Amino acid sequence: MNFFAVRAIYTFELGRTLRTLFQSLAAPVISTSLYFIVFGSAIGSRMQTIDNVSYGAFIVPGLIMLALLTESVSNASFGIYLPRFTGTIYELLSAPVSALEALMGYVGAAATKSVILGLIILGTARLFVPFEIVHPFWAAAFLILISVSFSLFGFILGLWADGFEKLQVVPIMIITPLTFLGGTFYSIKMLPPTWQTVTMFNPIVYLVNGFRWAFYGQSDVGVGFSLSMIVVFMALCVAIIAWIFKTGWRLRT
Amino acid sequence: MASQKPEPIVSIVGLEKIYQGGFHALKSVDLDIHRGEIFALLGPNGAGKTTLIGIVCGLVRATGGTVIADGHDIARDYRSARAKIGLVPQELATDMFETVWHTVNFSRGLFGKPRDPVLIERILRDLSLWDKRHSKIAGLSGGMKRRVLIAKALSHEPTILFLDEPTAGVDVELRRDMWAMVRRLRDNGVTIILTTHYIEEAEEMADRIGVIDGGKIILIDEKHALMERLGRTRVTVGLATPLTALPADFADEGMALTDNGTSLTLTLTGEDDSATGAADLIKRLVAAGLDFRSVETTRSSLEDIFVDLVEKQA
Ligand SMILES: Nc1ncnc2c1ncn2[C@@H]1O[C@H](COP(=O)(O)OP(=O)(O)O)[C@@H](O)[C@H]1O
Ligand SMILES: [Mg+2]
Repeated sequence: MNFFAVRAIYTFELGRTLRTLFQSLAAPVISTSLYFIVFGSAIGSRMQTIDNVSYGAFIVPGLIMLALLTESVSNASFGIYLPRFTGTIYELLSAPVSALEALMGYVGAAATKSVILGLIILGTARLFVPFEIVHPFWAAAFLILISVSFSLFGFILGLWADGFEKLQVVPIMIITPLTFLGGTFYSIKMLPPTWQTVTMFNPIVYLVNGFRWAFYGQSDVGVGFSLSMIVVFMALCVAIIAWIFKTGWRLRT
Repeated sequence: MASQKPEPIVSIVGLEKIYQGGFHALKSVDLDIHRGEIFALLGPNGAGKTTLIGIVCGLVRATGGTVIADGHDIARDYRSARAKIGLVPQELATDMFETVWHTVNFSRGLFGKPRDPVLIERILRDLSLWDKRHSKIAGLSGGMKRRVLIAKALSHEPTILFLDEPTAGVDVELRRDMWAMVRRLRDNGVTIILTTHYIEEAEEMADRIGVIDGGKIILIDEKHALMERLGRTRVTVGLATPLTALPADFADEGMALTDNGTSLTLTLTGEDDSATGAADLIKRLVAAGLDFRSVETTRSSLEDIFVDLVEKQA
């Protein structure tokens, strides 16, 4: 195991985040605060409680999830796309670094950043609404697993993309809509039956609900199923990345 | 040097590269690099130099053949092989927002070595980068960026260093520094493989020279042997009175009457024996009572040899 390489990539990537600390952390915190002001306080005060959870508290896990998914994907994709774009990737390709080590460095750093971001949003939310986390261990587990798996997904995106637009298209056009439609701001039980069925095909429903279960002990779907979905997704991403490194697709000519 | 057979540090056998799209960039390349030498790979644009280096360093996937670097197969045992190799690429690819200090330390870590600030300081000082260590790379000149790339390549103490066109578009000062550094590295036992367009540089620096054209190695030899075998010295004597035919006692090999009989030309093969060749000829001219106006000696450079070779291929 090339431990020094993992450390070098990991600290390099986190260092990149620190240089752009304001964009990286302040922007999501500001937008989350806005969601709380609009949905939590202004609209939420007129909404009834959902499963005995106030509306403001109900949306906390969904909002964290929204930031976690989009940030994980964009950070990890940017981290590996940038050296491809500038040509500095030659150094990684010529180094004694395995695919696993590269992943640990790049994806580890992106996921770390997401976890920190999730915690900051959690803290911000606590300023707006009172809530308790029923299963703190599982909340942490979901937070980490989801950060890692969507950072893996972002890594694939960064390898696949051949332009900056493609990097932005996936978070904006796919992740954000699926998260909004995945029960971030509502319980899917509020939907008409047909839409409930359609919604079940949105994988993000399971993530949001699993996370919400960890917070409040109740969920629209089974928590075991949520966890298996995440693990399957993660395994799929790892398999794709292993294939990419093995064949050199988009990396080696 | 000639008595002992040097053991190869890089051994390339039957290397093939066909790019996606079908372009055949390397055609069964065999090449041994000797431990501790400076090897210059010469070839026109598109000959396959960068492709060859790319395969050895892990950037390009070979279509066939094997490469052993310092005893390690670059495909099966890529970790050990790559740990020995440093690469200064042809293109200036650098991180923009990093400082010189960070980027060079990053390289060392990437190649699996623990931090060593003393070593990195020495490398930066040797390359006149020490004063710039806290500068962001984006703000450096092209020449300085190239120095940074060299520092990165040396940060993990490679035993084999590839320099792909290191002096293309580089100012005189940096070129001089770079050659001084290459010699110093060679003195410390590092094997250096470089490609260059400046043939005089290969002539001045290299122990051995390989010529590649159209993806094929067309010649590999020690520089001196090459110059001896293919180099020519030409002595041209401007005659006071033109001659219609070569005098009988001057009709030896390599002698010719040129420029409508106004000059006598002697072509000698072998490396740099022009001095005695010209002197001998003058003595003979004086002895024969042939008057002359001028004597000019020219020696074919590696460049002439190179152009001859590549033209013959085409
Ligand atoms: N990625 C690639 N795909 C297709 N052809 C390539 C690629 N890279 C290089 N080539 C071709 O291979 C040949 C050799 O290129 P290269 O090794 O860069 O030559 P050199 O370094 O000697 O100038 C050139 O004709 C070039 O166009
Ligand atoms: Mg080249």
